[in-house]
Amino acid sequence: MKGTDRPEQGMTLIVKTITRLTVGLIMLFGIYIVLHGHLSPGGGFAGGVIIALSFIHLVLAFGRDRALKIFSQSMASLFESLGALLFILIAVAGYVGGYFFLNVFAHKGHPFRLFSAGIIPLCNIAICLKVGAGLFAVFVVMVAFRLGARE
Amino acid sequence: MAIYLLCLILFLVGVYCILVKRNLIKIIIGLGIMEYAINLFFILVGYKMKGRAPILAEDQVIKNMVDPLPQALVLTSIVIGLAVTALIASMAIRLYEKYGTADISQIRRLKG
Amino acid sequence: MLELYILLIFMIAGAIIAVEIGDLLSAIVAVGAVGLALSVAFLILKAPDLAITQLVVEILCLIILIRATITRDTLEPNGRQAIVVAVAALAFMALFIFFAFAPLNEMPPFGAPAMRVSGTYLANGLRQTGAANIVSSIILDYRGYDTLGEATILFTAVIGVLAVMRRVGKKRQDTQEGEEP
Repeated sequence: MKGTDRPEQGMTLIVKTITRLTVGLIMLFGIYIVLHGHLSPGGGFAGGVIIALSFIHLVLAFGRDRALKIFSQSMASLFESLGALLFILIAVAGYVGGYFFLNVFAHKGHPFRLFSAGIIPLCNIAICLKVGAGLFAVFVVMVAFRLGARE
Repeated sequence: MAIYLLCLILFLVGVYCILVKRNLIKIIIGLGIMEYAINLFFILVGYKMKGRAPILAEDQVIKNMVDPLPQALVLTSIVIGLAVTALIASMAIRLYEKYGTADISQIRRLKG
Repeated sequence: MLELYILLIFMIAGAIIAVEIGDLLSAIVAVGAVGLALSVAFLILKAPDLAITQLVVEILCLIILIRATITRDTLEPNGRQAIVVAVAALAFMALFIFFAFAPLNEMPPFGAPAMRVSGTYLANGLRQTGAANIVSSIILDYRGYDTLGEATILFTAVIGVLAVMRRVGKKRQDTQEGEEP
């Protein structure tokens, strides 16, 4: 197979065409699961893994070099640190009311709407950033590692 | 009670794999099977007969829901299992590169 | 609950195949089948959050395991020592099952859990937090500290993988083994 001796080239033309059509839908589905985490099943962890899987799909279909131009490894580490810091900031902001992790918005909105439930959607977004970027960085490092002295 | 025993048998298949097999990848597979069994056991303990999923709907009054607390704990446990699997798989790649073999009875020399 | 029993027997059969088969890629496919059956079992036990998470985590775990499989065959020597180890492991398993009967009789029967803390979560969840998904309100509001601990574990694991797979630069130009500090 042509893809195995030069893994920078990616896969065949059929795979590349289907990837161009569907990878945006996969990422949109992941964002939907994250944002509706307080109304329907899902939440930050599942949505973050789905978004990481959409980027991994790009790497597998187009080869490592072309996909890393879209989302490089330094940007992945930036997003992961940003997600972790945002989560801690939301937790510390509870000191305004006197507790750690207090739900600070007093009027919590109407239930069953998208903008409700206080800090829970914000925490979901922070966790999604963190999990997605972290797992994508793990995958890129494991794939880029070539067996050094032994072939 | 029979279903708890089946779950424990699945756990013991994973323990057998870790104790007896000597290839690195088989040990990782055994660890994965143990994680599946433990997560399933938690959710089996928290199930209520003819219960419903713990999600409220807008215009219905739902009275009989399953236990949501084990589900929150197992959600955390699944993602931690993924992180541990990634870490020991990367260690396995590194061990194979250094020693040339994936057999743990021949990887004995600890340096440093 | 007949479908639950069938799923569990399928999972045990898949696990035994994954443990005993010689080809490594087939063993990874068998473990993938066990994980997907677990996701269906979560759906039967009315836990949809867990079914979604288990499905996508299983896919990622398979990708990582296939990357780590460098040699395809395992060579298991059949000697006297191997039989002794296998018999000792089976004896340990039988002892474990024998001692597990007493605690399993002490637990509440299957299908009737003693929901003491969860009763207050289910009754006050919507009023106090405003979220319709009770599991989300537990992991992010009532027990948010545990989620902070889990985020820390994930962060540490990612740093660990990046540190293990790092190529330390060659300080000496002559040898190739000067990589490990």
